[in-house]
Amino acid sequence: MEREAMEFDVVIVGGGPSGLAAAIRLKQLAAEKGSDLSVCILEKGSEIGAHILSGAVIEPRALNELLPDWKERGAPLHTPAGKDRFLLLTEKRAFPFITPPQMNNHGNYIVSLGNVCRWLAEQAEALEVDIYPGFAAAEVLYHDDGSVKGVATGDMGRARDGSEGPNFELGMELHAKQTLFAEGCRGSLTKTLFDRFDLRQDAEPQVYGIGIKELWEIDPAKHMPGSITHTAGWPMDMSTYGGAWIYHLEDNLVSVGFVIGLDYKNPYLSPFDEMQRFKTHPAIREQFEGARRISYGARAISSGGFQSIPKLTFPGGMLLGDAAGFLNVPKIKGTHTAMKSGMTAAEAVFDVLAASEDENAGRGAEITDYSERLEKTWLWEELRGVRNVKPSFHWGLLPALVYSGLDTVILRGKAPWTLHHRPDHEQLLPAAECTPIAYPKPDGKLTFDKPSSVFLSNTNHEEEQPCHLTLKDEAVPVTLNLARFAGPEARFCPAGVYEFIPDGDAQRLQINAQNCVHCKTCDIKDPSQNINWVTPEGGGGPNYPNM
Amino acid sequence: MKILVAVKRAIDYNVKARPKSDGSGVDLANVKMSMNPFDEIAVEEAIRIQEAGNASETIAVSVGPKQCQETLRTAMAMGVDRGVLVETDEDVQPLAVAKLIKAVIDKEQPELVILGKQAIDDDSNQTGQMLAALLGWPQGTFACGVALADGKLEVRREIDGGIQTINLTMPAVVTADLRLNEPRYVKLPNIMKAKKKPLDVLAPAELGIDVTPRLTLVKVAEPPAREGGVKVEDVQQLIDKLRNEAKVI
Repeated sequence: MEREAMEFDVVIVGGGPSGLAAAIRLKQLAAEKGSDLSVCILEKGSEIGAHILSGAVIEPRALNELLPDWKERGAPLHTPAGKDRFLLLTEKRAFPFITPPQMNNHGNYIVSLGNVCRWLAEQAEALEVDIYPGFAAAEVLYHDDGSVKGVATGDMGRARDGSEGPNFELGMELHAKQTLFAEGCRGSLTKTLFDRFDLRQDAEPQVYGIGIKELWEIDPAKHMPGSITHTAGWPMDMSTYGGAWIYHLEDNLVSVGFVIGLDYKNPYLSPFDEMQRFKTHPAIREQFEGARRISYGARAISSGGFQSIPKLTFPGGMLLGDAAGFLNVPKIKGTHTAMKSGMTAAEAVFDVLAASEDENAGRGAEITDYSERLEKTWLWEELRGVRNVKPSFHWGLLPALVYSGLDTVILRGKAPWTLHHRPDHEQLLPAAECTPIAYPKPDGKLTFDKPSSVFLSNTNHEEEQPCHLTLKDEAVPVTLNLARFAGPEARFCPAGVYEFIPDGDAQRLQINAQNCVHCKTCDIKDPSQNINWVTPEGGGGPNYPNM
Repeated sequence: MKILVAVKRAIDYNVKARPKSDGSGVDLANVKMSMNPFDEIAVEEAIRIQEAGNASETIAVSVGPKQCQETLRTAMAMGVDRGVLVETDEDVQPLAVAKLIKAVIDKEQPELVILGKQAIDDDSNQTGQMLAALLGWPQGTFACGVALADGKLEVRREIDGGIQTINLTMPAVVTADLRLNEPRYVKLPNIMKAKKKPLDVLAPAELGIDVTPRLTLVKVAEPPAREGGVKVEDVQQLIDKLRNEAKVI
């Protein structure tokens, strides 16, 4: 069967901050120059914001540039950042530490990034951007000359065995002069582009963290809007990278989360359980007493920083936002950089498409001007300045804090060296060399199990569809992962997707794909990269409110 | 023959509904909303009747805030020809909705009206029945099958313990149950086309209907948490617990 095709000037894959900023900027330029430009955004979530999860304290720098009157337009930036605290935790004590300069949040806002995206989408729609939530870009399409032609949405209504179900609908092709990939961290199409165009050839490997977040409604007496707390130390050991955030938003809401570097070594480590355990710390637990947890979710983030930025352009398209990896790690912020990359991409693309009357101008072209422009923006300077902070954590928490102070404060990011990264999936040690971790049982009030948590993420997938967590080799989960690493996927997945269950005398892996919150951790941390995350039917996955 | 379908914008079926902390209602702030699933089935049925050549026009009507336009656009993307929104920010209860839909019916003169059997947010299961009563039309509720023959409507109804088949004279009201059909996936180009289909917006006052709520919502609360089970030692203890703790015997 032949798929139907639709033509656009620009197709953007992903309705997060970078994709939405790019769409808005393109339409703004078109309006200024009086030209007509069709822009379409595909979003795999059931609505814009459904798959967005972030802390989030955001720096409004890029937003000020994109929509200077955002306040008048009612942007949901309601809570100015207030007092910052940085705590070093031991099991029983909390020691206030000087807030690292990058973590100073004066002028920033505590937000729900999902709600910011919902608002950005309204701004984009007012500019006549076509936004299609519920449609996942499942495949990159190429011209005969190898340049990107666009993307195709996934088929809907396939049965589990891949055959066509009663309501089967074939996917659609979306053709564009330029396709902008704004899939976020570890995008499934971006991953194929890395290989096809060798985009990572000159970059350090990307490294990642997993962030697990809960939203709580707390006792108004304990609520301090604008309050920001970050922690390092316990429950991580000194050689594992991880820390927590606690942000007080409006309406008695508190965002609490934990980020763990996916370069952790002990296969017994469970990021989910570390997050639960963190909340029981004597200095932390008090504010959650009498409170109620209202949402839960998880997402991987790129933390390689400057030296891991891949080549950003290829014939017919480019990479935006966290798909490329523009997170500022010590600042723990990536929204402003994601938006800036989207805006810069939009400007470069617009200049090429609008340069001539030729209706094929820019079709399949490689617009390297994007990278050149980006190198001249504050984004580049900002990421370059902090490039050595994350890799220094290989030496352990305390040396890293000392080194980071030296590198960023004394040398001001101008050290003549750049530290290297090692791929996360190669970091696990064999289980035999590690100690199992005994996590406390959840109490159902402050700490929870995975099923009740995933329940709060409003996650669902159409049940009768092919499994979107594909295995390159069906045997590997048992012969390698279970035998050598004690089945780490059962622990690193924050949604209980992977379960080893008894099968006669042995065990087998069961994949509960319906639970998947699209965090991409399995695609990153699986020791032999045997798990390949592909997009399920559009509209599936979490439905995060206010995350 | 014209068919009118009623669609409600309701909390999405995947979302865990959460009462507001003051118990005044369900917290809907930034929560995903979509078309009530039973209404989707109603829309699908209307389109199928039209595709079979038995209807000249299909019209979707919704009552509620401005955002209900999205719900109507979804109905139009599925295949409905046009939409009518009766826009109000009031809390509209089933009787008011039935009166408003009746007012739209008086204008549009459809011969068949299909609604979902109930909305998944308030579970009232009243609007279809009230509408039939207000119109003085026959009703086929909880429909799991609808067939047109010689100007009559055969409706198969899901009832306790089986299926009941009834014949209705037209015009008639039908409410859709879960097994009536399986709604189609909306196609991307149809979403674009739906943006250009006509959508009229009316105010309740224009239709001469007073929508003031007649029922007072007292409180919305979470169901009590289920307590863990216990193992009893013997029959004596079981009987004792059933009598004195559970108070069921």
